Amino acid sequence: MMHNTTTPSQQATIAVDELGYYGEFGGAYIPEMLYPNVETLRRQYLGLIKESSFQDEFRRLLRDYVGRPSPLYFASRLSAFFGAQIYLKREDLNHTGAHKINNTIGQILLARRLGKTRIIAETGAGQHGVATATVCALMGLQCIVFMGAVDMERQAPNVARMKMLGAEVRPALSGSQTLKDATNEAIRDWINNPEDTHYIIGSVVGPHPYPDMVARFQSVISEEMKSQLQEQTDRHYPDAIVACVGGGSNAAGAYYHYLNDRRVRLIAVEAAGHGVHSGESAATSVLGSRGIIHGSRTLLMQTPDGQIVEPYSISAGLDYPGIGPLHAHLISTGRAEAVSITDEEALKAGFFLAQNEGIIPALETAHALAALDRLGFSADDVVVVCLSGRGDKDLDTYIGMTNCE
Amino acid sequence: MLNVYFTAGHPHRDDTVEIIRALDQAGVDLIEVGIPYSDPLADGPTIQQSSQVALQNGMTLALLFEQIAEARRFSDTPLILMGYFNQVMQYGEESFIKTCQEVGVDGLILPDLPLYEYERSYKQLFEKYDMGISFLLTPQTDEQRIHEIDELSRGFIYMVSDASITGAKQGISDRQLAYFERIAAMQLRNPRLIGFGISNSDTFQTACQYANGAIIGSAFIQALGLHGIEVAGATRDFVRQIRA
Repeated sequence: MMHNTTTPSQQATIAVDELGYYGEFGGAYIPEMLYPNVETLRRQYLGLIKESSFQDEFRRLLRDYVGRPSPLYFASRLSAFFGAQIYLKREDLNHTGAHKINNTIGQILLARRLGKTRIIAETGAGQHGVATATVCALMGLQCIVFMGAVDMERQAPNVARMKMLGAEVRPALSGSQTLKDATNEAIRDWINNPEDTHYIIGSVVGPHPYPDMVARFQSVISEEMKSQLQEQTDRHYPDAIVACVGGGSNAAGAYYHYLNDRRVRLIAVEAAGHGVHSGESAATSVLGSRGIIHGSRTLLMQTPDGQIVEPYSISAGLDYPGIGPLHAHLISTGRAEAVSITDEEALKAGFFLAQNEGIIPALETAHALAALDRLGFSADDVVVVCLSGRGDKDLDTYIGMTNCE
Repeated sequence: MLNVYFTAGHPHRDDTVEIIRALDQAGVDLIEVGIPYSDPLADGPTIQQSSQVALQNGMTLALLFEQIAEARRFSDTPLILMGYFNQVMQYGEESFIKTCQEVGVDGLILPDLPLYEYERSYKQLFEKYDMGISFLLTPQTDEQRIHEIDELSRGFIYMVSDASITGAKQGISDRQLAYFERIAAMQLRNPRLIGFGISNSDTFQTACQYANGAIIGSAFIQALGLHGIEVAGATRDFVRQIRA
């Protein structure tokens, strides 16, 4: 039995600096029109989050409304199959079906304290849109969600949910009509409505302080993992954490309290679409280079002239040409390992989990699961997979695959 | 001062030189050339669409520098480039600014380059190549920051007329006039050009009363975007209407 109460760390601490950088990545590359809003957030977010009235309300809502803590489930059949001790952090059991609501609860409480009355959001798979529409309904605030027209079609159940929750869903018709374009439209809306509007970004992307703020709200995932692992394995840390990365919010939350604990391998699973080098992929850490997207200096897929390349993945939540600056830092410094998983591998992993553990995962999460047989674990390795969302929204895609076979 | 903006490579890839020639002959005071970008966050639908068309036409940064060098053989009207900072980064910050100087660009507008990043990392490069830079200010910019913007801008200040992305709007409100007056009273060292929502001779003249001039973009692009238009004539007519 091992007891480790201190964190061994010879290397530099991984944390955001005052200007919003993780190493060379981050910052706030925004037009002046956004400056007052982003600057207000930057000055106030830490103070507001730390207030005890904020923490009380946040913790109470996570417990009574979201249903936290989410279980840490030992998946015995998965463990036997892959030859490791595999635990699933069940974010799919949260209210609205994914980890996204951890962040929207936090941001809606911030928005209210900043006196904002109108909420905007972007969404890819629709999980963040649903989570935003949900907290807006809860707080009685106006909600507008921008969503790529292509994504509205492939994630139709979530569009219907957002509308039923009282949100307006506006299609983004530019570019590849997916998450990147929805984010562009949301930023434009914020430029046009600087006074009454708060923009709830759904991932650890965007200008500082968003990546750090969203990571802090999602960090409840690894906070719970620590005590749950202690209870179930007698050790508060795992040997590895596996999470899918589009922008990277569930990964950031699952890594957060282990970022500086080098005993823990951090595995970031990206979407390879039809294959990393097929021309239809979203494997940013392999295909990307240093640049700026959505206000942040990070890794992104682009041409030599700096035009942003349109990505592709079967999973709308991973179909994004960048990654958050924290992940760019973790991967480029070797702290996290990146793995690329194709559409086909993800679909198979989704069916495998459904038929061996009775859990239908979101297509995004299925990418993380598909990475398990790539990682060379030993039998006593404790591995946590962040089961970021449930697959109800993806049934059409899954069923389409069954029909093809 | 009249500053007219257009997107390089729109409506046709090789129109850039002809449009500069026509603007020069029409006697505009400043020519602002937009570098087409896939994700122009600070721009409205008109400029975004013109950028997409230009990129589909095969427009590149290398080609744009050639076009500007060619235009500089006959035009000495001050010329500035507007683009997004990622484009500058990919070209290489110093190479970009050096090439701008070599082909005869007078200044840059990079709306997503923050003041403090400019000051700590790029100001010296701009000074080394004697390259101008214009920062934006908006109705929400506070007084201290306005002074910082004035201190760091070289050439002129881009006054965003209202909280908005680019794109022609109707008229100028009392609230905007109060903002124009407030800034005029600050006696900044840089000239001020008002942009966003300036689309016709009325709004242009109002802008000239309260500032040193105006920037017109979307309205000109719409005029150029008409099907089968002859760009030289369209440019002449457009400038004549604005100056009317």
